Amino acid sequence: MAKKSSRDRLNNEVNAGSMADIAFLLLIFFLVTTTIVEDKGVLVQLPPWSDEEPDITKLKTRNVFSVLVNANNELLVRGEPKDIDDLKEDCKEFIMNPNKLENLAEDPKKAIVSMKNDRGTKYKAYLEVYNEVKAAYSELRDEAANKRYGKDYQYCTKAEKRSIRTDIPLVISEAEPTNFGEEN
Amino acid sequence: MSKFQKKRGKSSPAISTASLPDIIFMLLFFFMVVTVMRDSEKKVDVVTPYATELTKLEKKSLVNYIYIGRPVEKFKATYGTKPRIQLGDKFATERDIPLFLERHRSKVPENQRGAIKTSLRVDQDVTMGIVADVKTALRKAGQLLLNYSAKPKPQ
Repeated sequence: MAKKSSRDRLNNEVNAGSMADIAFLLLIFFLVTTTIVEDKGVLVQLPPWSDEEPDITKLKTRNVFSVLVNANNELLVRGEPKDIDDLKEDCKEFIMNPNKLENLAEDPKKAIVSMKNDRGTKYKAYLEVYNEVKAAYSELRDEAANKRYGKDYQYCTKAEKRSIRTDIPLVISEAEPTNFGEEN
Repeated sequence: MSKFQKKRGKSSPAISTASLPDIIFMLLFFFMVVTVMRDSEKKVDVVTPYATELTKLEKKSLVNYIYIGRPVEKFKATYGTKPRIQLGDKFATERDIPLFLERHRSKVPENQRGAIKTSLRVDQDVTMGIVADVKTALRKAGQLLLNYSAKPKPQ
């Protein structure tokens, strides 16, 4: 008699009530292990490796914006000690040369930013300088885009971007760091 | 006349929870898809510097990571406090970089190999010497697209 009644109960559906609990458990596990990392950074294109030293002596000095960062994280911009906060404005003025000065770049296309640092330079200082130079270029491109197309550079079409890029090319040359101030 | 009243009388008071598992499963699948399991243990301390000119890294499968920083507390006894390179889950030197890049490259479909980026996650207090060595190794290995990992500057 009792056996029969238990078989009757077996005929019932499988209880799905605990399904939610199991799913919750998995959910919480994934919630905990998830790290939605927003990986952002400064994008850089390195020059291909060549064994001979690049010859920069044939460039006119007026077209080169040299930035040196020493092991004490101090800046030397075109032979003068400068502050990092002024770098962007100086760089913009150098590239565009609005007053057509003799000692600044002839043309944005010919302008080159040359960076050099010591092995003892802090990475933070180096990236800050790189960031400022990139910021100077992106502001100039924005200005050019606004003048020509009436919108910011990032909203331009591919063709418009290309034409701005050829007029204001981003050329950063990095010299091999000097062996100075390397920590042990 | 009593049409509405009848209905009200019939309706059962309990809300059906039958669709609850489905909702939970939906959430579960969302998190399963967005989860990137950390395949490597962090062995060096990395605090990335701040920057403003940031580009977002798309397509995680096309990115390989190189960490540079000082060994974390538990490895200080064996590896010292000098900045080190971490590739995958182990300490390495710049000589190991070509092999590391090749391993990653072989997993990427051939037509996408040109878009492979290397994300350099470098501690802000590390000196440029070791970073320059890594950059030289990357250039020699033909990996020219680089991303210096950085945090957006707080306003």
